[in-house]
Amino acid sequence: MNASLDLVLQHPGIWRGDQLAQTEEDTLPTGFAELDEQLPGGGWARGALTEILLEREGIGELRLLLPALARVSTQSEWQVWVAPPHIPYAPALSIAGINLKQLLIAKPQSPADAWWTAEQALRSGACSAVLAWLSTPDEKRMRRLQLGAETGKAWGVLFRSARAAQERSTASLRLRLEATANGLAVHILKRRGGQVSKPVMLNLQQTSGARRTRTFAPSLSVVPSLRAVSRN
Amino acid sequence: MFWLAIHFPALPLEIYSRGGAAPEPLAVIEKQGNRSSVKVCNEAASERGVRAGMHGAAAQVLVTNLVVRVRDLAAEQESLEGLAAWAGSFTPAVSLQPPDGLLIEIGSCLRLHRGFKNLIAQMRSGLNEMGYGACLACAPTPYAAWLLALAGKEVAIRDPAKLEKFLGALPVKWLAQPQDTLDSLEMLGAHTLGDCLHFPRAGMARRFGQSLLDEVDRALGRLPEAREFFVPPPSFSRHLELPSQVHEAEALLFASRRLLLELEGYLNLRQAGVQQFELICRHEDVPDTVLKVGFAQPTRALERMLLLLRETLGRTRLCAPVHTITLHSSLIQTIELSNLDLFQDSTETGDGNLLLERLRIRLGKEGVFSIAPAADHRPELAWRQCGTEDESIPAGKQQRPLWLLPKPMPCHKDRLELQSGPERIESGWWDGMDVARDYYVAQGRNGSRLWVFRDHSSGGWFVHGLFA
Repeated sequence: MNASLDLVLQHPGIWRGDQLAQTEEDTLPTGFAELDEQLPGGGWARGALTEILLEREGIGELRLLLPALARVSTQSEWQVWVAPPHIPYAPALSIAGINLKQLLIAKPQSPADAWWTAEQALRSGACSAVLAWLSTPDEKRMRRLQLGAETGKAWGVLFRSARAAQERSTASLRLRLEATANGLAVHILKRRGGQVSKPVMLNLQQTSGARRTRTFAPSLSVVPSLRAVSRN
Repeated sequence: MFWLAIHFPALPLEIYSRGGAAPEPLAVIEKQGNRSSVKVCNEAASERGVRAGMHGAAAQVLVTNLVVRVRDLAAEQESLEGLAAWAGSFTPAVSLQPPDGLLIEIGSCLRLHRGFKNLIAQMRSGLNEMGYGACLACAPTPYAAWLLALAGKEVAIRDPAKLEKFLGALPVKWLAQPQDTLDSLEMLGAHTLGDCLHFPRAGMARRFGQSLLDEVDRALGRLPEAREFFVPPPSFSRHLELPSQVHEAEALLFASRRLLLELEGYLNLRQAGVQQFELICRHEDVPDTVLKVGFAQPTRALERMLLLLRETLGRTRLCAPVHTITLHSSLIQTIELSNLDLFQDSTETGDGNLLLERLRIRLGKEGVFSIAPAADHRPELAWRQCGTEDESIPAGKQQRPLWLLPKPMPCHKDRLELQSGPERIESGWWDGMDVARDYYVAQGRNGSRLWVFRDHSSGGWFVHGLFA
């Protein structure tokens, strides 16, 4: 293949079937290299909704997000947890490196209020990450959340039961988490840029968020520009 | 010096009518002994023949659905002070001209407001939004400006030399002299101020007293005039009587907006912001409804106050119709102003405080909170809910789960595979909530990692948290 064709193929508008989508999006490294490789843009997408489907609670669903959450909590934006199912335990979060001053817990009384809160938080542009545990989702509500995340450039995470895997969703990334003997299996159900058949295996057991975050590149804003450089 | 005079010809009327949008025929009467006469009436009433000076009863006969209110001088004074506070956002040199005028020194603030035309346009639109009709005139002396505004001549005279020509054309009836003096002047053939100036001064002083000459001299700038400037009160409180009773909370927004405009001007004058304001809705028989609107940080931005008030009103159901609203704020704090960025920052981030305020309105103050570690060994007491501004202490270094169950859940030990522990926590014998537990990290059969403990007193096993 000659050099000029190579040059043409590097145009961001061209996508080859075996590639992940090249997104110009702002992404947030997950803190797990194996997972970053499989995600479009190399991390959690800001300005989009990520859906996480769980077989059961307590298998590492928060530990999966902790490195990224710890990283965004150093910014001056809020991090909002909407309707968490249990008490987010402050000592553990603090050990994991999350700046609790930027963490806001919302406990709405009704599902309608919870959806409203999640949407407002995503839309406001004042939140880096919005984690939501919402009941009775429907397509319209989901679309509103996705639009809200796009407007506010926030990283939206919606936790749902694994039973919802068969339902349609507007989320740009859908993951199903499964606890196995070897660690956490992350099945990517939907992503921009095609399907993956093999789950990503992550070992969360020995890692605590605080230790992990220190090993990353220091600044978030560097990431998109680095990607741009490597492409040219 | 360059003075702007604002005359509010319909102030007695507007204190009743500006709370509503739909004009009903309305007249304000003044009682003198047994006789009541119409002081002012609105357009809807004058179209049907009501005139100022008409007998009150005659007006009611002419227009059957005429709303008649008795003139309320105290309310007018209060409105005038509210207007002075509002005008304070343009310049601090505001002086009251009771009962229905304001005198404002604008010569020193023209550059700030990007020119005379711009300033006048801003003032006009502000007055219009608050529901006041006004006549504006400018002159080098305050009293000349006032006379021009009173006569309804909307002119702006910059040059003191031209003052005499313009003032000379004004009828004598606008002078603040006793009716006898004005009548005598008319009989002498002095119909305008210019005519008075032609008479010999000594003779005028002998006949009418010094006050007439002084008044004319003040207008022409021959005699200095010391004006007392308006000093804003320490707290803000303004009433607005609604033209008709309001049943829906949302409908109060229109009237509230007019008061919020005054609050904004007041805060500008004080260089301050409010942390909280109250909208008090007065009902006929039942106790007042008090709506509180709070802000995460002191603010004086009208749009934000309106936005939060709209959301508060949207969630309020009135128990009875409202006849008067009061806007009150005593939590006035100075705010630090930051300089504008010369190179506007291109990345616009959202307003975190606004989000917090909005969530608090909808979810209640308890519905939105921060969390912080607390100094206690007992896991359930080692954290606390707190406000977003509170200081927090650093957490311990022990391994703790991310989810804590609000209440420990009993479980069977044989379903667990203990991985680490025990960590003994024994504390709290002094406050009746003593715990004596051995904590372990355990693997559940279904793959979840649990934080479990054995209770010493009962010997039972419980799940207390999830390593999610």
